[in-house]
Amino acid sequence: MPDTHFYRYDDYDRTLVGERVEQFRDQVRRRIAGELTEEQFKPLRLTNGLYLQLHAYMLRIAIPYGTLSSRQLRKLADIARKYDRGYGHFTTRQNLQLNWIKLEDAPDALAALAEVDMHAMQTSGNCIRNVTADHYAGAAIDEIEDPRIWCEIVRQWSTLHPEFSFLPRKFKIAITGSPNDRAAVRVHDIGLRLWANEAGDVGFEVIVGGGLGRTPMIGKTLREFLPRDELLAYLEATLRVYNRYGRRDNLYKARIKILVHEIGAEKMREEVEAEYAAIKDGALKLPVETIEAIARQFAPPALPHRAAVVAEVEGLKLEDRDFALWLKSNVAPHRMAGYRIVTASLKPAGAPPGDASAVQMEGVADIADAYSQGEIRVSHEQNLVLPHVAVEDLPAVWRALGRLGFAEANVGKITDIIACPGLDYCALANARSIPVAQRISNHFAGLARQHDIGDLKIKISGCINACGHHHVGHIGILGVDKNGVELYQLSLGGDVDFGKTAIGAILGPAVTADKVVEAVDAMVHTYLDNRGDGERFVDTYRRIGAQPFKERVYAAV
Amino acid sequence: MPLFSETVSATILEPLPFVEWQQRPAWPAVSLANTDPVEDLAPHVGRLRLIVLNFPKFSDGRAYSQARLLRGRLGYTGELRATGGVLQDQLPFMLRCGFDSFESDQKGFEEALAKARTLFSVVYQPAEDDRATASLLRLSRRNVHPAV
Repeated sequence: MPDTHFYRYDDYDRTLVGERVEQFRDQVRRRIAGELTEEQFKPLRLTNGLYLQLHAYMLRIAIPYGTLSSRQLRKLADIARKYDRGYGHFTTRQNLQLNWIKLEDAPDALAALAEVDMHAMQTSGNCIRNVTADHYAGAAIDEIEDPRIWCEIVRQWSTLHPEFSFLPRKFKIAITGSPNDRAAVRVHDIGLRLWANEAGDVGFEVIVGGGLGRTPMIGKTLREFLPRDELLAYLEATLRVYNRYGRRDNLYKARIKILVHEIGAEKMREEVEAEYAAIKDGALKLPVETIEAIARQFAPPALPHRAAVVAEVEGLKLEDRDFALWLKSNVAPHRMAGYRIVTASLKPAGAPPGDASAVQMEGVADIADAYSQGEIRVSHEQNLVLPHVAVEDLPAVWRALGRLGFAEANVGKITDIIACPGLDYCALANARSIPVAQRISNHFAGLARQHDIGDLKIKISGCINACGHHHVGHIGILGVDKNGVELYQLSLGGDVDFGKTAIGAILGPAVTADKVVEAVDAMVHTYLDNRGDGERFVDTYRRIGAQPFKERVYAAV
Repeated sequence: MPLFSETVSATILEPLPFVEWQQRPAWPAVSLANTDPVEDLAPHVGRLRLIVLNFPKFSDGRAYSQARLLRGRLGYTGELRATGGVLQDQLPFMLRCGFDSFESDQKGFEEALAKARTLFSVVYQPAEDDRATASLLRLSRRNVHPAV
């Protein structure tokens, strides 16, 4: 088995995770014995990733910065088979959810996770959540620095943080190391963007107070350039200001974005900078040796030289239209010539977005071992990524993924839909998301048509909490409940691309579930009839405005 | 509410609510709401023997920040007591933030306090208990065995 090229636990990490499992085992025992009330137990299980959903407990497993080894993915398959119904759901936060866990099994499932250096800590609760990153990290052609180095530093600092485990609300941090932001850093509680200044020094742009949910907001830049070794001090200062002054009187106004909005970015900056000034030379300053030791673990794999142009690939491209389309949509440039980044689409026509069976997980692990240095990434778009595939191996990888049902050439296209679990699983949802996604997916299943329509991101949430990121979908679909009827509100023009980040605008009245497909179809036709040269759906919308879309949609439904 | 302390004796002084204490700042014991500005105690921390911090609900974590500021920034060394929603499962966090006495109704609290410091033998972040972080321990290990 290949070595991993990302952070490996040492005895300190293993000890802490093991002790955490034992602590939780005791808490579960006390809950079952009646020594803890559900109210007392709830925050304890939540910070161990255990939710109580509509039908059962759900375990949300952290996949830090979306990076997995084949060994870890096989273990996830194992756990899904042993403690669940043999499948899992990859989420928009690069986590894996198992939907049918039994309370009494949860500690054993966590112990099994710990065997492969994984945990479910802080995947829920009002604490600092699992930190997310660019899913192309370490392989992207446009990368300035691997953001996972910093995600790991933040993971350690935030894990069981004694001061920040009972925040006003959950807290999500995302880090990107590329100018082309694939981590949606402007819509996180804190977004960090690595960039190099004129002197060539690399530091962070610190963006605070973005978020989706009930009140979508684009984050404000508190710091244009923060030296890297001061990151933890700056984060601690920001979190302290939030912990002290964030609202706690109203659940819906408790995120940091509301604090930033109410006191203003200027005042927020003053508060954070004052706190930061008091601690920046203290124990949180990162010694260069510490940074280097972690960075070394993310050293890119030594990839052997492989041919950049391969006759077999060129031939197959001409012979097989599906392969040619797949190369276009599911294969991205790699920092090394002769290699590509391959996205395995977890969105085959008509399937629930992001679901994978244990067999499929094991299949992807096998493919990763054979062709991608044993490494897999989870994207926030709910797909799996093979980060280091040689051009020569693309036909073999395409065929192997095809056997798993993961070779649909639809990444970034209309059927590459993001959807939350919705009312089929989630206790918070007002409406179903997955069946709506499946209907759209079936309607637009033809690949040639999808590629003609081009890049179009549909994002579906089953309630205002916006786990499906509908606010930043080119087409956003939000399920609402109106007197017991599931209706879907449509919005247009959302975007997460850096520099273009925008919240979509609501198009008009909500439509019933059976009209969503017609509505989307009408939007697509409006685009096709109006698009200019090289214009994507969202570009046309920006140019011509909502009115033509609105007229056609409401004539159709 | 029963009082538990790691040290031999907790003070029996009656703490004054912050507004009353401001009228009588010579009194060595004060109780703060979690919205009271701890910074205002700066000139007095040398004299204070008891500061009580309130958790209106166990899920309201503002007093963790107050505790750290009192210990770390203002250098307070007297008794720091948690009251209100104080449950045994918060003890590892509270101890790290500098609390050393606790008012709690919860059954089994005393036993839990006795072992709370041993639940986690590794910590990742500096706090007010002066424990060496994993990152520091790694650093010193590397310096002893530079090849590792």
